[in-house]
Amino acid sequence: MPIDKRVKSAAEALADVPDGATVLISGFGGAGFPNVLIHALRERAAKDLTLVVNSATHRFSLTHELIEAGLVRKIVCSAARGHDKGLSAFERLWKEGKIELVCLPQGTFAEAIRAGGAGIPAFYTAAGFGTELTKGKQVRRFEDRDYVLERAITGDLALIRADTSDLYGNLTFRYAQMNFSPAMATAAKLVVAEVRAVVEEPIPHERVQLPGTYVDRLVAVAG
Amino acid sequence: MQPLNRRQMAWRAAQDIEERSLVNLGMGMPVHVADYLRPEADVFIHSENGVIGAGPLAAPESADPDLVDASSRRITLRSGAAIVDSVWSFAMIRGGHIDVTILGAFEVARNGDLANWDMRMPDKGPLVGGAMDLAAGARAVWVIMEHTTRKGGPRLVEACTLPLTGKACVKRVYTDLAVVEVTPAGFLVREMLDGLTPAELQARSGAPLTFAPDCRPLAAPPLADTE
Repeated sequence: MPIDKRVKSAAEALADVPDGATVLISGFGGAGFPNVLIHALRERAAKDLTLVVNSATHRFSLTHELIEAGLVRKIVCSAARGHDKGLSAFERLWKEGKIELVCLPQGTFAEAIRAGGAGIPAFYTAAGFGTELTKGKQVRRFEDRDYVLERAITGDLALIRADTSDLYGNLTFRYAQMNFSPAMATAAKLVVAEVRAVVEEPIPHERVQLPGTYVDRLVAVAG
Repeated sequence: MQPLNRRQMAWRAAQDIEERSLVNLGMGMPVHVADYLRPEADVFIHSENGVIGAGPLAAPESADPDLVDASSRRITLRSGAAIVDSVWSFAMIRGGHIDVTILGAFEVARNGDLANWDMRMPDKGPLVGGAMDLAAGARAVWVIMEHTTRKGGPRLVEACTLPLTGKACVKRVYTDLAVVEVTPAGFLVREMLDGLTPAELQARSGAPLTFAPDCRPLAAPPLADTE
């Protein structure tokens, strides 16, 4: 049978997500949030999730639904501050000690995911040296500079958002939609992409921004 | 003369950006620097979300929800722009390919230590974003901030009291009262508001200032402060 990674619905794509899964979720700056998949994960109601997501909550993202539903045990991110003056869903549960938080410099967050998908267990970076965020981490001097040892990040599941896919799962992205999606797709065991459109014809190779070999399941969504 | 307002501070910093620089602008006051770049400078603005060559904000009728900057503002692209993913965007920062980053700050210490990400607000979660990567990786780190806090306390300090963003990284500070270089010998005032005396500027600063022999008056054209 020819390759066709489409599944009928977001619910079907996430039907086998177990409790305790580590889930990488794309999106930054208002673009590339896989909101249909995030909502479907809420419906799936797998518990004790670890979210690896740049912003714990974001006004254009639905991650707050997972948090408010009590499905999240831990968040790894670079921004954990709510948009509003009051406490965000995350901030409330974090203050109550119900969600564990790991905050990383955003470039370290991105590189840790890249490393995870590239078979590199840890790497050194100067970002965050001498700050509270890297307290307790191993430091090593190369030439005349101090660097912090950061561990790679991998996950069980990546939820990503792209513009167009072909049946192989080759993806293209619009404008700033790419952000964390390509790296996250390399670092998770199961990769589900939500796309605006699936085209029957293979996407020309020079236009492919993420090879379909990284993508397991496709969900076409409206808009 | 009146202290510079926020837009005038952004204007002043913009005048120092060299031609064909690749520049990253932080949230708040620094983003306004883009409005005052000299057209002949032909600058590329980098946004952490992967936009290389961000243009002005988009008109509402042509705004595209996928064409945004790191602050979720709907933008346009300049001629020659490109877009990459977050890994590449931060490799660009970490690898020293950003000529200048201009950041807001709460405090800058005389050795160039920067505190700009955590005001220790009760109950609020941490938000570091790309600040630490920029502080560590950009070839030059400039700061735009008011010279003193709202309560009148100094922001140019002997040692930061707030959590650090980066160590010994700031090269230059643009305030509403002065332009100050961070040198191995500490703060060196390059420009100062007309009508202010060195003693008065020193009194508003928390660490010793030295004054350049050719210290000039700090000036900017009249610009409405929109915030």
